Amino acid sequence: MFYRESGEFKTTYVDDQQIFPIRFDRYSLFVILAFAYLVVPFFINDYWEKSVLIPFLVWSMAALGLNILVGYCGLLSLGTGGFMAVGAYASYKLMTAFPDLNIFFVILLSGGVTAGVGILFGLPSLRIKGFYLAVATLASQFFLVWLFNKVPWFYNYSASGQITAPERTIFGIAVTGANSPSWATYLFCLTLVVLAAYAAKNLTRGRIGRSWMAIRDMDIAAEIIGVPPLRAKLSAFAVSSFYIGMAGAMFFAVYLGAIEVTEAFNIDKSFLVLFMIIIGGLGSIVGSFIGAAFLVLLPVLLKNIMVTGLNWPTDLAQHIIFIVIGGLIIFFLIVEPHGLAQLWRITKEKLRLWPFPH
Amino acid sequence: MNHKRMTTAAIAAVMALGTSAASAELVFPSLSYRTGPYAPNGIPFADGYADYFTLLNERDGGIGGEPVRVIECETGYNTEKGVECYESTKGEGSLVYQPLSTGITYQLIPKATADNIPVHSMGYGRTSAANGKVFPWIFNYPGTYWDAASIIVKHILSEEGGDLGGKKLALVYHNSAYGKEPIRTLEELSKKHGYELTLLPVDHPGQEQKSQWLQIRRERPDYVLMWGWGVMNQVAIQEAANIRYPMDHFVGVWWSASENDVLPADDGADGYKAVAFHGVGSDYPIYDDLRKYVVDAGKAAGDGSNLGTVLYNRGMYAAMLAAEAAATAQKIHGTKTLTPSQMRDGMEALQITNDRLAEIGLPNFGPQIQVTCANHGGPGLGAIQQWDASAKTWSLITDFVSADREVVDPLIAEDSEAYAQENSITPRDCG
Repeated sequence: MFYRESGEFKTTYVDDQQIFPIRFDRYSLFVILAFAYLVVPFFINDYWEKSVLIPFLVWSMAALGLNILVGYCGLLSLGTGGFMAVGAYASYKLMTAFPDLNIFFVILLSGGVTAGVGILFGLPSLRIKGFYLAVATLASQFFLVWLFNKVPWFYNYSASGQITAPERTIFGIAVTGANSPSWATYLFCLTLVVLAAYAAKNLTRGRIGRSWMAIRDMDIAAEIIGVPPLRAKLSAFAVSSFYIGMAGAMFFAVYLGAIEVTEAFNIDKSFLVLFMIIIGGLGSIVGSFIGAAFLVLLPVLLKNIMVTGLNWPTDLAQHIIFIVIGGLIIFFLIVEPHGLAQLWRITKEKLRLWPFPH
Repeated sequence: MNHKRMTTAAIAAVMALGTSAASAELVFPSLSYRTGPYAPNGIPFADGYADYFTLLNERDGGIGGEPVRVIECETGYNTEKGVECYESTKGEGSLVYQPLSTGITYQLIPKATADNIPVHSMGYGRTSAANGKVFPWIFNYPGTYWDAASIIVKHILSEEGGDLGGKKLALVYHNSAYGKEPIRTLEELSKKHGYELTLLPVDHPGQEQKSQWLQIRRERPDYVLMWGWGVMNQVAIQEAANIRYPMDHFVGVWWSASENDVLPADDGADGYKAVAFHGVGSDYPIYDDLRKYVVDAGKAAGDGSNLGTVLYNRGMYAAMLAAEAAATAQKIHGTKTLTPSQMRDGMEALQITNDRLAEIGLPNFGPQIQVTCANHGGPGLGAIQQWDASAKTWSLITDFVSADREVVDPLIAEDSEAYAQENSITPRDCG
């Protein structure tokens, strides 16, 4: 009835090319953003912050980044954990070397450092493709983690190799460290993720995004029609690593506050983010969010149902969570190989035609 | 976006169900791990911790007449899950956290300090938290890793007739914050005693140690020290047996010395040593009560097969120290119900005498403990235990001896001062 293009008359090119052409979509997004900004901060508590919302936002950011590389440019990467570690250690070094630098810029600069490292490790992608590239990026995962564990300069020569985020403020309100209020860290991460998602959406709609997709769909054809593979592939690595680096910086500085590289950024993290975008939907911005929600929030939800709600033993609950999540992954991949975002897309198509599907 | 909203709404519903718990009891959260690569070590500890509190509830009706509630939360030895567990249990009136993971302890040090909830990292965690002036909410009595390192070196000294000049020591360690802890102390001690130290890191989880042991076979260090956990211990002991390294020259920290670690190597593990901060076996009167009130009544946390193992004993010891601190806090504040900050006062005034240990049913189980405002690291005493593969038992072969305080104390002061400076903490005055 109300979910369709008909009846909405576009009189300018700007109107015609907006991200959400349907008014209902646009308004629902504004309602969700308004809810996230104006309602959630008043009801958030430590548990919601540290166990639900911040992990969701951080992993969404990482999934966004990897989706640009894998989903839009078709370059398979298993180095996400290593790149997150670069972001985390860059933010630590920046925070301790320049105590007066605003944390917002620290996070952005950490993303920048990671982008540089990403370009370096993206160089092999010019020669190798597919699974072989996955193995090459796997090397970066192991090398970077080893490097941060081996060279004491990265952790400022602390006895245990742990890095701890000092307290940093924005407008006088702490957003890192143990004394930061929940709403402040939440709004900080939310703002970063909203800005990042908006930028990513527009990047993928523009010239750069189209060149990535051309490379993904058939690189030789793309090269023949004039897409430079060097620039397209390396820019995909740079942008993707920038996002993943910011995610790593947020993971360390805002979410956990203290980490140790071998535990926080091991190979499991690379797989986790890859599964997020495969389940959420490759080549889809909203898919990154859905995938992150699925793999980060579902275990917490199941744990709360089984342990807090039903009082089951914790180990039994944990084993059932493994089974349920694994089963659901297989189920969704069989039912919808293009990810949960595709389900959402199909729903929208059906809504447009409703109530006259033929 | 629909999915996201649905998930959020569902979580909200469940959370609302979960947070309506009564708090007229003493709450002890147990951040355990019964799954994951470290589960074989996590299970007996968690069982011992839970069973001791069950015993108090069943036999004495709790602590000072106030029933105890243990909330268990599965961390899988994973830091993020540990944070989730902390946040989900701290609102329930949790009195003290014992995460049994160095990584999670480092997480909780700033968080728990800000929330005013004490953390007891018993023989693990951040060693310099022993300085109560800088870490008022963190406790690690009865001993720290640096004490352990020093006690091991002392034992080696006595084996070698007091001279280690020109000897070679190797440290096989878990390549993490936990495993790196003793390095600084061992380096300081090497300056003092003149031995040469080789560092051999092993990456998580530690199944692959061929190259480390090849190096040991080639260099033949006089003694091998180990800071391992989980499957790493079993593999190391097996590898040592494979290269026929003399087992009585192989000494582990207290976390590398459970039955799980030595049994797989069978006779090869005979003579393996480790430092310990409490007694071994089930030859203590308290086990009669545990069997009567807990295991035979079907109330044990596990299947009862872990009773008397090293890690079960340790979990029980941790629970006993927590219960004694709670009783002390009840006395200080003249109240039955406790808040976390009252609990902290109890922990800081904790005193465990030999008489009290005998009363509890654990005569001579551990050293006497006297926690003070400035010293949260306890007496720092340890004994050496040795494995007898034919009898399949551990036995203590030395008395509880003290660490080299001359070396350890300045290190603690230095590291805690660095922490205080980094986090702009003004050390409190302990009078």
